Amino acid sequence: MTGFYFEWSFLPKLAQGLLLTVEITAACIAFGFVLGVLLALGRVYGGRLISIPCGIYIHFFRGTPLLTQLFIVYFGLPNWGIQLSAFLSGVLALGLNTAAYQAEYFRGAIQAVKRGQMMAARALGMSRVQAIFHVILPQAFRIVIPSWSNELILMLKYSSIVYSIALLDLMGMGKRIAARNFNYFEVFVVVALFYLVLVLALSQSLRWLERRVRVPGLGAPGLR
Amino acid sequence: MREGTMDALLVVEDIHKRYGKEEVLKGVSFQLRKGETKVIIGPSGTGKSTLLRCINRLTEPDRGRVWLEGVEVTSRKVDINRIRAQIGFVFQDFNLFTHLTALGNVRLGPMRVLGMRKEEATKLAQEELARVGLADKADAFPAQLSGGQQQRVSIARALAMNPKLILFDEPTSALDPELIGEVLEVMIQLAKDGMTMIVVTHEMGFARSVADEIIFMEKGVIVEQGPPAQLFSAPKHPRTAEFLSKITELYGGTEE
Repeated sequence: MTGFYFEWSFLPKLAQGLLLTVEITAACIAFGFVLGVLLALGRVYGGRLISIPCGIYIHFFRGTPLLTQLFIVYFGLPNWGIQLSAFLSGVLALGLNTAAYQAEYFRGAIQAVKRGQMMAARALGMSRVQAIFHVILPQAFRIVIPSWSNELILMLKYSSIVYSIALLDLMGMGKRIAARNFNYFEVFVVVALFYLVLVLALSQSLRWLERRVRVPGLGAPGLR
Repeated sequence: MREGTMDALLVVEDIHKRYGKEEVLKGVSFQLRKGETKVIIGPSGTGKSTLLRCINRLTEPDRGRVWLEGVEVTSRKVDINRIRAQIGFVFQDFNLFTHLTALGNVRLGPMRVLGMRKEEATKLAQEELARVGLADKADAFPAQLSGGQQQRVSIARALAMNPKLILFDEPTSALDPELIGEVLEVMIQLAKDGMTMIVVTHEMGFARSVADEIIFMEKGVIVEQGPPAQLFSAPKHPRTAEFLSKITELYGGTEE
């Protein structure tokens, strides 16, 4: 086969796939953020009883392949009577996975907040929970942005594995179009370009966010 | 309420604290009247900072008791956050909240701990910043301020809580020499205004001119205490005399 076979009529379909990719990524990141913050707080402030289970969770999800986790959720859970749609399975598996990674980033950021900050907050009469919410987390979130940005971009790309549970995300849609027209090279190059544009847009917005919430004396050193 | 403590704002009784094998505080007792300024001096590592932290239980004492206006601070039943809100604490290395402006630092406590409305807390914070001479720095972040300015903000942060007393833990020890004066000036003014203060410091000039009473501590116990005139001119204990002559040599008898 010679030449570059690609029809404009594929684009609306791919755009539809792209939308699903964005939805899945946004949903799993949001889920992972909430769970990740809780896991990190559990690890740092939880005491043994809470910290150890949080640690086990994190080790499990970081120590096993994402695809395996996805199959456990999608193909395995129905055996226990839990039947989730492909979309929910994808969001859940990706969300549980990214929560473990995000938790580690948040933990590092929380521990990077200077010790005296907690003490000063407590000296004012704040409870531990108040100090965490008003003093520790606002600083940790600023510190974490660079590594958290990487995780977001990784998840955007990793979300492509949901094609394996028959979801028509950008990857899944590309695969379907290519299988019908036998133009794998063309379609997947275009799919790759779509991902690239998404990644660039996302990293630019995150950089904007980073600058937006930046405070002198806090955050990644060497940032412009 | 205990006998003989009626007129005391703060009563500290037989405080002990041990870190591992080392006993840092070996039974320290004293009382503080309202409006009084007590200065605690002594060699490094004699438990002065630990003692301050035991008073508001930032460090939990192993033994001994503390009362604030007749309320037992060291009681297990007491709401310690409520007590701490009434006791200002000024740290050696300031510990201003990094993510907040000077104004944000000063109004956080009134808003979150005292439940003040934002506008009200802002107004109060502006007043307290003006009181320490930093009205024009309200929007600056800690990293944009000199050490002396940061320490004055942290004093304003303590003042905004309208505390019954303020504990100063070596407030000028982390400062460049030329910045010490501006912080001491604020503290001298506070003492004149009748604020009750306990100050751990090596600034003998400040101690001599401002303190109602000086406590000399060494190795976890109070060696001697008394009014500055007595301690400086006629110390009863040879260790006091030795320490005072050494520290005056090191720091000079400056400041006023």
